[in-house]
Amino acid sequence: MLVYTFDRTLDGLLSAVFDAFSLRQQPEMLVGKGEPLLLFCEEVHEVVTSDDRAGRVWAGLEKRLSRQAVKLLMVSYLSELPELDTPLFHYICKVFRQPEGRTSIERNLSDPDVLAVTNIGRKVIYEQHRMLQFLRFQKAKDGTYLGVVSPDHDVLPLTVAHFRDRFGDQPWLIYDAKRRYGFYYDQQEVTRITFLQEDSLPFDLDSGKLRDDLLSENEKVFQELWRTYFKAICIRERMNPRKQLKDMPRRYWKYMTEKQ
Amino acid sequence: MFLVYFDYLCKKFREVSLIVFQRMLTEKTIEKLQILAESAKYDVSCSSSGTVRGGKQGMVGNTVGGVGICHSFADDGRCISLLKVMLTNYCMYDCAYCVNRRSNDIRRATLAVHELEEIVMEFYRRNYIEGLFLSSGVVRNPDYTMERLVAIARDLRTVHRFNGYIHLKSIPGASRELMSEAGRYADRMSVNIEIPKEESLKLLAPEKDHQSVFQPMRFIQQGVLENKEDRKRLRHVPRFVPAGQSTQMIVGATAETDRDILHMSSALYGQPTMRRVYYSGYVSVNTYDPRLPVLKQPPLVRENRLYQADWLMRFYQFKVEEIVDEANANLDLEVDPKLAWALRHPEQFPVDINRDEYERILRVPGIGVRSATLIVNSRRFNRITSYHLKKMGVVMKKAKYFITCHELTDGYANPIVGINELHPERLKPLLVSKAQQKKAAEEMQLTLEFLNEESGGNE
Repeated sequence: MLVYTFDRTLDGLLSAVFDAFSLRQQPEMLVGKGEPLLLFCEEVHEVVTSDDRAGRVWAGLEKRLSRQAVKLLMVSYLSELPELDTPLFHYICKVFRQPEGRTSIERNLSDPDVLAVTNIGRKVIYEQHRMLQFLRFQKAKDGTYLGVVSPDHDVLPLTVAHFRDRFGDQPWLIYDAKRRYGFYYDQQEVTRITFLQEDSLPFDLDSGKLRDDLLSENEKVFQELWRTYFKAICIRERMNPRKQLKDMPRRYWKYMTEKQ
Repeated sequence: MFLVYFDYLCKKFREVSLIVFQRMLTEKTIEKLQILAESAKYDVSCSSSGTVRGGKQGMVGNTVGGVGICHSFADDGRCISLLKVMLTNYCMYDCAYCVNRRSNDIRRATLAVHELEEIVMEFYRRNYIEGLFLSSGVVRNPDYTMERLVAIARDLRTVHRFNGYIHLKSIPGASRELMSEAGRYADRMSVNIEIPKEESLKLLAPEKDHQSVFQPMRFIQQGVLENKEDRKRLRHVPRFVPAGQSTQMIVGATAETDRDILHMSSALYGQPTMRRVYYSGYVSVNTYDPRLPVLKQPPLVRENRLYQADWLMRFYQFKVEEIVDEANANLDLEVDPKLAWALRHPEQFPVDINRDEYERILRVPGIGVRSATLIVNSRRFNRITSYHLKKMGVVMKKAKYFITCHELTDGYANPIVGINELHPERLKPLLVSKAQQKKAAEEMQLTLEFLNEESGGNE
C-alpha cells in the first residue's frame, strides 16, 4: 500500500495532488506527518509543501469546478478533521482525471469521496451559521463589543464578513477561545489578532465574561433585560427541552448570556 | 470665565440627566418588558426571512434573507429571532381566545417609545436579536394604535439609523394612509386571521369580522404591487414591505376541520404577497369562557401535521385537495400527511429512482427536497442503489416500500415487498411507532372535551 505523508495544511494537500500526478502514482491514503502509520505500509512518500505547486493545483481546480464547489472544498478543510484528508485528496484527483466536457463530478453524490467532502463541508457551514446565531457581544467601557466563542471547527474566518457588514459602525472583537486567536474591527478594517500574554486576558476563557471593571456602565442592565425576556417569551404549556437542545446544543451555552 | 463655568454646569447637568435616564430604564423597564413579552408570546411568527439587504454606510445592521437567523431557542423549543413584544397590552376588544382581552384581570403595561427603541438598538448591537416584531393591543381606535406603531418604526429607521428587520403587526381596521406609511419602514407586515370561518370568529370576537382582516391584507398587497411597477420605472424607489406578509390561524379553539384551515391557507398562498401562514395550537388561556373548549394541553400533534401539510403545499407541489378531502376532512394524527397520501394512492407506486421524474420522486415518503435533488443530480453518473440512498440521507425505513432501484428489482433473493404487495392497511402499522400512536391517542381524547355552544359548561 502506498501512503503519502504531509504537513496537514491545505497547501500540503494540494502539493500531494501535484506529486501524485507528476510521479504517476495513486496513493491510497494521506497521513499527517508524525502520525503512526498503518501496518502493511510498503511504500511511504513524504510530500514537501510548495506554495507554487499548490497554487497551480488550486488554479486548475478553479478552472474545472463551479465556484460553489471550490468554496465547499475550502470550507471543508476548515473542519480540521483528520478523516477529511484522504477523501478530499481523492476527490481532487478525480476532478483532474475526469474527461473534459462531462458533467462535473461535484454533483455526483453517489461517489463516496464527493459525498464525504460535501457532508463535512456542510457540517462546517452549519457551525458557521451557529456562530452568527449564538455569539453574544458584551460592551466594554471603551465602546468595544467583545464576543467569545469556541467552535468545533475553525469557522471564525467565515463569520467576519457577516459581522463586518452588520456591525459596521461599532468596534468589535470576536475571539476563538479554543484556538486562541480572534479578529478585531476598528470601524475601518478587520485584523487578525492574538494576545501576547495569555495569562492576563481581559476576559475569562471559560465563561467568556469580561472583567467587571471593564464593562460599560449599563451592560449588566441589558443582560438582565435579555434574560428576563428569554424567560418571559416561553410558553410553559408547550415545554419542549428536546427541541431546544436539538437546535441549540449544550456546548454553545457557556458563552450565551441567557444561559449563564 | 463665566462661559467656562456655564459650560461646566451644562456638562454636569447632562451627566446627571443621563444617570436619571438610565435609572428610569432599569427599574420599571424590566418588569414592563416581562409583562409585554408574556402578552406577545402567543403570536407564533418570529421569522426574519424574506429580505436580503446589505449593511449601509452610517446605519446599523443588515438582513440576511434565506432562512433568517434564530438567535436563541426558548425552553418551549421555539426560535427567538426578533424581539417579540407589544407596545401595550391594554386592549379595548374582548376576543375570547386572547390573553389580553379587556375582561381579563392581568397586569397591564405600556412601554415608552424611547425605552423600546433603546432596548431594540442595544439588543441588536449585542447580537441578541435580528430586529423587532412589534404588535399592540388596540387602544382608543385602530388608527390611533397603528399610528404609534408606525412612529416607532419610523424613529428606528430615521433617528436610530436601524437597518435590521422590522415586522409590524397591522391593526385590523387601520386606514390606508397609515398602512402605506408603515410599509415603507417595515420588512414584513401581518394581520392575523385567527379563525378561518367567519361565523366562528363572530362568535368568539364579536367586535371583529373577516372584512377587517382582509381589508388591510389587500392594502399591503396593492402597495407591494404598485411599488413593483414604480421600481420598474425608477430604480431608487424604496421597497415596500420587501418580505411580504404573513398571517396566523388558531387551531383547536373552534370546530373548524383541517380541511377548512388548509383551504384557507391554500387560497392565501394564491395571493402574490402572502409568504407564510402560521398555525397556533390553542393554549387554554381563558378557561372560564364557555365558548371555548377546555384543553389539558395545546393540540401540538395536530399543529405539527398542519405545518407538514403546509410544507407539502409550498415545497412538494401538492394541491390542497390531495391532502384533505371530504372523506378525510381532518389530517391523520398517527402518520404525516405525505405518508397518508401515499397510503391512499398505492397505484402511484413503486417509483423508479433511476428513471422517474423529479416530481414523482418527491412524492415518495422519506425523500425530501434535498435528497430528491441529490438523486436527480447523481443518477446521471451511475445507477443509484439503496446503499447510495441511505448515504444521501433518505429515510429508508419509510421509503423502501415505495421505490424500486437497481438491486431491489432484480432477483429472487430479494423478493419485492412494496406497498402493492403488502396492501396499505397492513403497511400502516409497520410505519407507526408506539410512541406516535400514544401521542395521537392522547390528543384524540382531548378533542372530546369540546364544550362548544353549551351554556354554563365551564368548570
